[in-house]
Formats: sequence, structure tokens, C-alpha cells
Amino acid sequence: MSQPPHVLLRHRDIPHLDQMEVYQAHGGFSALHKAVTTFSPEQVILEVKNAGLRGRGGAGFPTGIKWGLLSEDLWPHYVVANADESEPGTFKDREILESNPFQFLEGLALACYAVQANLAYIYLRGEVWEIAQALDRKLSQMKDAGFLGDRLLGTDFSLHIHTHLGAGAYICGEETALLESLEGRLGQPRLRPPFPASCGLYGKPTVINNVETLTNVPVIVDHGSAWYRSLGTARSPGPKIFCLSGHVNRPGNYEVPLGTPLRKLIYDLGGGIPGGRKIKAILPAGASSKIIAVTDEEVLDTPLEYESLAGLGSGLGSASIIVVDETVDMDWLLKKTVQFFGHELCGKCTPCRVGNRIILDILQKMDCGEGEPDDMHILRRAAETMDRASLCGLGQATANTVLSTTKFFLSRQP
Amino acid sequence: MKTLASSYPQEIRNILSKYPPGHERSAVMPLLYLAQRECGYLTPQSLEEIAGLLHISMTDVASIAGFYTLYHDRPGAKVRLQVCTDLPCALRGAEQFFETLCENLAITVGETTPDGLITIEKVTCLAGCHRAPLFQVQSGEGIRYYENQTVESAMELVDQLRLQERKANP
Repeated sequence: MSQPPHVLLRHRDIPHLDQMEVYQAHGGFSALHKAVTTFSPEQVILEVKNAGLRGRGGAGFPTGIKWGLLSEDLWPHYVVANADESEPGTFKDREILESNPFQFLEGLALACYAVQANLAYIYLRGEVWEIAQALDRKLSQMKDAGFLGDRLLGTDFSLHIHTHLGAGAYICGEETALLESLEGRLGQPRLRPPFPASCGLYGKPTVINNVETLTNVPVIVDHGSAWYRSLGTARSPGPKIFCLSGHVNRPGNYEVPLGTPLRKLIYDLGGGIPGGRKIKAILPAGASSKIIAVTDEEVLDTPLEYESLAGLGSGLGSASIIVVDETVDMDWLLKKTVQFFGHELCGKCTPCRVGNRIILDILQKMDCGEGEPDDMHILRRAAETMDRASLCGLGQATANTVLSTTKFFLSRQP
Repeated sequence: MKTLASSYPQEIRNILSKYPPGHERSAVMPLLYLAQRECGYLTPQSLEEIAGLLHISMTDVASIAGFYTLYHDRPGAKVRLQVCTDLPCALRGAEQFFETLCENLAITVGETTPDGLITIEKVTCLAGCHRAPLFQVQSGEGIRYYENQTVESAMELVDQLRLQERKANP
């Protein structure tokens, strides 16, 4: 059976889709044109709500609801595209930005129209410097063609979009740290509430959406929410890009409907495990995952959607599936992951800063064979405190790793 | 002495025009990149100039430069060869790749080759996990990715960089 056409990774079916004329020849910007000339902003929000699109950056919050939360009493509104993709195991936004950039930019413009923002920023990780330069050229092409700028397409709506490069800080993928960084400060998360919908960029109501989320929007406006809902499951509608990495024969991005079984992704699409080895663990949401132990082959029949992974005590997150085979020492994996978060934590809140240190010290002690009877208990206590009291998801991510890996070596407990 | 304002007047105007009036501070990160363009690191003079342009303190500018890993406050090699060794890459042999590359260059992590051309560093995820081993090369001119690498292909690149350097500065 041949694969159905891609919805998000359309460049895989249509060569040179990153060229404006090719994008337009394949229906590009018809959604933006339709929306700004015939839809009210509220109609765009309603269509996205009805489609059931959920944020693809990791949190899975319903996008239409997020857009509807902006205060009508406080202006201007801003939209920020989160293109700071930095979660180990995640590389989907980069492919969109490189190869299908106009669909993302059209989605961003639609989000701006929906919340009546006249100014938007694309916050990109500093490493993708070449992509930012390419996007700048594409933004000016859009302006020349009348899709951006003052009174675009002859309407009363004006929109300007700029790129902004980060400079190597994982924490800036957290939306309030991203806003701080964009305002020219250290990338440290803010205390919430207030949430960005009421007090975001420059203290104004702000929508922050992930690149993949925005890339869904033109399709929804073009084909309607009913069509969109025909993909995926009732609870998790739409297509999704899964980043497959680690111990698989064909790592890469795979766009499949939400609800596709894990086994199909790893074995049919990913070509299985090198050397036919067994899977020991799955990290479904990159390094931040609550790790799934594959003690039972049945786990592989889990449909990949938000709810079923939560049912396994894990979560879909950004859908970055890292496959770990039976040769891997889980102590090594745990230490490596805690070290990563230790390098990337911002230092603002005590539970995360100190908790990470305590955990790393114990892991190092255990490494040297100097573990003490109380260590496992302290490890769990530190992780539980980080989970409850950290200011942002980074502290919780460390806790996720610790709490979900201890089950692998609980047997070694003295 | 050359200042940013005299070397890059148009670039500075373009950067400042991206942000709404009253929020010029947002320009600090792009201006730091601009200051790093010429010699690959940030001089105290350039930090001071940026502080003056944005009406913020030198301490503020220096703390931002210190927080983000792509800014450098001391001279390094011409190019920084930055290898990702995070979990997904490590599962595909990135740690072994890094060690062997270090042996071939006869330096260890954070060190610079005797010719002053290359500093080798470990970095965190570069969003290229499916094409590991991979590294990025950071120089004043920007950042470029090299994916699906072997030690042989990486050493070929090093040879090319050395050749370019000899041509540019015989």
C-alpha cells in the first residue's frame, strides 16, 4: 500500500516546495487569502478549536483555546513562534523550516490574524543560523507578494514578522524563558500566573506556538476542521511528525496519524533494531520522558496518542521517540540525562539547581561503588521535590528521568 | 579604534528596527552576534559599546553574554568544532567518534590545536539526532552543520580548513 500524501512534510511529495512559486502553485497562501478576506478572526479560532489541534511542542494544550484566551482589553497582541527546538531526540521543526518553510509562515500569519497581532517573532535556536537567514529572505519575498506588510492583500490587516536568534540555551524552549530572552534578558522562566495569554511579550497578551503546531493551521483553514478530524483519533486528531532516533535501523522523521501503534513506527517504518536485538526502553518525549520499560512486548502495541501514553505513566510530549536496546546500561543513561539537565538548568529556582546536584553526586558515588543504603531513598526524595517545586518543566524533566529509571535498578537496592 | 557603529552602521539600524520603540533592549543578542563576527569573541570594548547603544549597564550585557553558550568572552581558535554527544547521538556512537577525533587531532576536550585553528568542544543536542555522529563548526562567519560523519570525513574537513587558512594567511 502506498503512503498517503504528507500534510506537514509535503516537501517529500512535492520537490522544491521551499520555493515560493512552487508553494503557490500547490495551493500555498490560499488559506491566508481566504481567512483575511472572508473569515472573521473569531471564525479562524473556531475552526482551529473544532479541528481539535493540540500544541505539538510538548504540552499538548488545545491551540484554538489558547488563541481564545487573549484579553480583548489589552493591546497590542503578539505572536511568537517557538523554533527553539532543543530537546534531545527532536528534529522535526528543523525539517519543516528547511524544506516546507512557507506552510509554517502561512500558519504563523493565520495565527496573527486570528488574534489580531500586527507583530510576530520567530525565536530560533542560535545554531540554525543558516535557516534564519533563509527565513529572512522568504519573509521579504512574502512582503513583496503582498502576503505581509501594511494592509496585506488589500485588507485593513497589517503584519510584520521578524526572526530572532537564541544563542545556545535549552531552557529558552520554555515559553516564559523564551520571552525573557526575546526581551534581552537571561533566559530564565517566569513565575506563573500570570500566563503569557494575559502578560506575555513586553507585558502584553501573547500567543506562543510551536513550529509544527503552526504548520497544521493552513491545512485546517483550507480543508476545514471536519476533514482534519478524519485523520488521527477522536481524542487526538490530525497528523503528527514522530522523530525516531537511537537504536533503530532507519532513524528520521515520520509523519503518521496520531494513534499509529508504536510497533508500526519502530519496525515497519524504522526498520527495527540493529542486529535484531530486543528493546529495553522507550523515551517517547526525548530526554524529558518518563521512560517506558519494555518488559512486555504488548507495550509496543500502544497507539501513539496523548491519552494512551499518559495511561502508561508516560507522555507523548514532542513525540521524540528514542529507542534504547538491551545492550544499554540504564545507570549510564540516567547519569547522562541528569548531566544534560545539569548543564542546561538556568539556576533560578533552588529545587532544580540543588536537586540536580544532589542527584548527580549520588549517581557518581554509586558509579564508584560507594553507594550507601539510604541513597535510593534520597534520590527519590530529591526527584519528588524537584517534580513538585521546580519553577518550570526542566526540573520536572529531571525528576521524570530519575523516578522512571529507578524501577530498572531497584533490584540492586541494598 | 574601530567601533561597531563605524563598522556596521546599516546592520545596527536593521537590528534595532525589528523591535518596538522602548524595547531596544531586545536587540542585545543580535548585537552580541555582530560584535563576535570579526574576531570570534567579545571584547570588553564591544560589550561597553552595546551597553551604550541600548542604555543598559555593562554588567547586564556581560551577564547575557555569559549565560548563552554561543557567545565567547576570550579568544579561541579560528573555528570551534562542536560535537553533540547527547543521549540519542551517544546511542549511535558519538562518544567513540569524539574520542577518536580528539586522538587524531592530538588534543582533548576544550583544547586548541597548536596551529591555533581548531578548538574541539562537546555540545548539547543540535537537532540532528537521526544523522549522528554530527558536529557544527562555529566561526565568525556563522555556524555550519556536518552530519552523518565518520572520523575520516571529519579529518578531511580539518585538512580543508587548514588549506584554506594557509591560502588566506600564507
